[in-house]
Amino acid sequence: MSRSRLLPFTGIVAALAAWQIAVMLRPSSLIPGPIAVAQGIGELAVRGLLVKYVVASLFRVTWGYLAALVIAVPLGLMLGMMRLGEMAMNPILQILRPISPLAWIPIAILWFGVGDISAIFLIFLASLLPMTVATMNAMHNIDPVHLSAARNFGIPLRARMRDVLVPAILPQLIVAMRITLGVAWLVVVAAEMIAVNSGLGFLIVDARNAGNRYDLVIAGMVLIGLVGIVLDLLMRRLERLDSVRWGYASE
Amino acid sequence: MRTHHRDTESTEKAISVSSVPLWFQRFLLPITTAAIILVLWSIAVRASGTKIFPTPTAVAKAIATLSEKSLLWHYIADSLTRVFAGYAAAMVIGIPLGFLLGWCAPLARAINPLIQMLRPISPLAWMPLAVIWFGVSNAAPIFLIFLASLFPIIVAAMNGVRNVPPMYLQAGRNFGLSTPQLMRRVMIPAVLPRIIVGLRLAFGIAWVVLVAAEMIAVDSGLGYLIIDARNAGKHYDLVVAGMLLIGLIGLLLDTAIRAVEQVVSGQWSVGKKQRLTTDH
Amino acid sequence: MKVQFSDISMRFGAMEVLQHITLGAEEGEFLCIVGPSGCGKSTLLNIAGGFLAPGSGSVTIDGEQVTAPDRRRIFVFQERGVFPWLTVEGNIGFGLFDMSEDERRTRVAQYIDLVGLKGFEKSYPRELSGGMKQRVEVARALAVNPDVLFLDEPFGALDSITRLQMRSELLRIWRAERKTVLFVTHDIEESVQLADRVVVMSARPGKIRRVVDIDIPHPRDLSSRRYIELRDLIFGEIGLAHQV
Repeated sequence: MSRSRLLPFTGIVAALAAWQIAVMLRPSSLIPGPIAVAQGIGELAVRGLLVKYVVASLFRVTWGYLAALVIAVPLGLMLGMMRLGEMAMNPILQILRPISPLAWIPIAILWFGVGDISAIFLIFLASLLPMTVATMNAMHNIDPVHLSAARNFGIPLRARMRDVLVPAILPQLIVAMRITLGVAWLVVVAAEMIAVNSGLGFLIVDARNAGNRYDLVIAGMVLIGLVGIVLDLLMRRLERLDSVRWGYASE
Repeated sequence: MRTHHRDTESTEKAISVSSVPLWFQRFLLPITTAAIILVLWSIAVRASGTKIFPTPTAVAKAIATLSEKSLLWHYIADSLTRVFAGYAAAMVIGIPLGFLLGWCAPLARAINPLIQMLRPISPLAWMPLAVIWFGVSNAAPIFLIFLASLFPIIVAAMNGVRNVPPMYLQAGRNFGLSTPQLMRRVMIPAVLPRIIVGLRLAFGIAWVVLVAAEMIAVDSGLGYLIIDARNAGKHYDLVVAGMLLIGLIGLLLDTAIRAVEQVVSGQWSVGKKQRLTTDH
Repeated sequence: MKVQFSDISMRFGAMEVLQHITLGAEEGEFLCIVGPSGCGKSTLLNIAGGFLAPGSGSVTIDGEQVTAPDRRRIFVFQERGVFPWLTVEGNIGFGLFDMSEDERRTRVAQYIDLVGLKGFEKSYPRELSGGMKQRVEVARALAVNPDVLFLDEPFGALDSITRLQMRSELLRIWRAERKTVLFVTHDIEESVQLADRVVVMSARPGKIRRVVDIDIPHPRDLSSRRYIELRDLIFGEIGLAHQV
């Protein structure tokens, strides 16, 4: 029914309408309405900054996130397999986890100075821990029957890891990857507000500092939200792969 | 029947690990590992000849000095107040809202895209708006924490309601319960253990955002401690001390909530191995 | 004797689970082990499969002592043993990694046919019923041409109608290949319907009470006098009443 297709948009439309009305009722010069924000986005596009900033932010996220994956997954696998290793490291992981990646900013700046590498380092840190813990947990949740069956068929250890272990944890890994990407995206924005001079986070801080351009501030927020959704949707596509779909409860 | 193989497997596992005594695993092993890391840290600092990065002993000293000056306790109190205030506000609004969305599917479909849109926006990106509305005061970080906790709490409550086995509700109706009674006597008890994990995770997020928020807009608290220690003289021993305190307190709070979780879930014995859903 | 249990005893912690089990299974025999819950029959099977080491005693297969899992003796779990990330084809071909592509394909097709799953080659386990998943597992086990098959309550998760059908299927498949089968169940009727011999075990600690020869030829009439006699005999061994 076309009515139910329109339904998802009613929430957004209602919110936009409410926003516009609120702004028109109280025309304080500071907070702009949705139309002004849309114009702001247009302005960024024209100035070529739209693409430039989005790409800059994505660039940093990609590097930090991938670097974290490359280390977190093998590390999580190892810790998942070695009970003792896990019990040794676990308390340390638990203490590091509540520390906001931003708390590492002074150290990042000390080691890498102000710039891209600092931001990438922060994203790397923010993604590393959740991904490692998630991989470890995925290892715990493997059905032992599958491992027994693999041993039964005489599959050697390395092939067991490749053909049974990894496929078995893949659904949980992919969900963890999606959530961690979301975290990385949050952190990149925050990191950019502090340590660099390009990107969407920088846009927000700069637009405010250099002239109270709140239309651009909110435009930045909208863009962040949009890119975040796109990233999330892309990752969700991965969850539809046949080799992974089995791991999720039926929709 | 189904459990036999798991029994033998877990027996195997239990046998292989219980060859190492429990006290060793739980205490000696992690403590030894931590000690080794501290030693390596110490060596690395000395070897690199840095004048700024602290050794573990310097950090310990810094913590000691801080705790003598009552400043540390003020900062901790401020941080805790802010996070509790923001989180409580998020619970007060988020839980009922999440319930509503979970109960009424069309409403959820209408509002969900809005939530998905707002969620990826880092709470910090709301900072300029927060400052306009609340000025540079306690309220700004509390608002940020509120925002950061709101979405996970709504989602947790929503999913909790959705995942209540329909047969509970059917049984309730069967016994003639009206809707408000149904909510109170069936829905809420059924949902509680399911959402408490989400609540714990949301609190973890709140704690992380708190630190970030305090680095920007206020002049007290643990996050402020870190930024200030660096800016006002590169006191990296205080920086690292602050980080460790943040980690420890965060862990403590998380453990406390886990204890609550055990109590609530244990009483209701909700099944542990639930299959994953892709709703997050 | 194809499979020989020699004086197997086992305890978990302080609990004695198996006591002095001595038992033999002949080549090509369908042997059922029956007993109440907790009598150690699954443990016995796991020991035979090499997944557990016995407290004392040993198991030999073809004269060789069992110390670890081996592809010559395959365990069939309940349908959750099927790998959910592989198709039916993928599952059945799982153990055939040292065959050429063509050989594997032929063999897989052969067994898909044998268990009656033609047309479902590319389906995933989540699309199959419980009975179908069970057949995938049996096919997977047979495809590697093992000497012995261990089945541990394989039909336990199925409804009773499907269970009846699966028993016929299993017998049909078994007759095609005549492997030695050790089948554990708590269902007395099932044991009399399937086995050449039924080993009746006592409650914990598990001991062998009696070994009953089922001398009815297949297909077995479930109303025949001999069937009911043997069934009641085993009921009596276990000490169960005849009336509900």
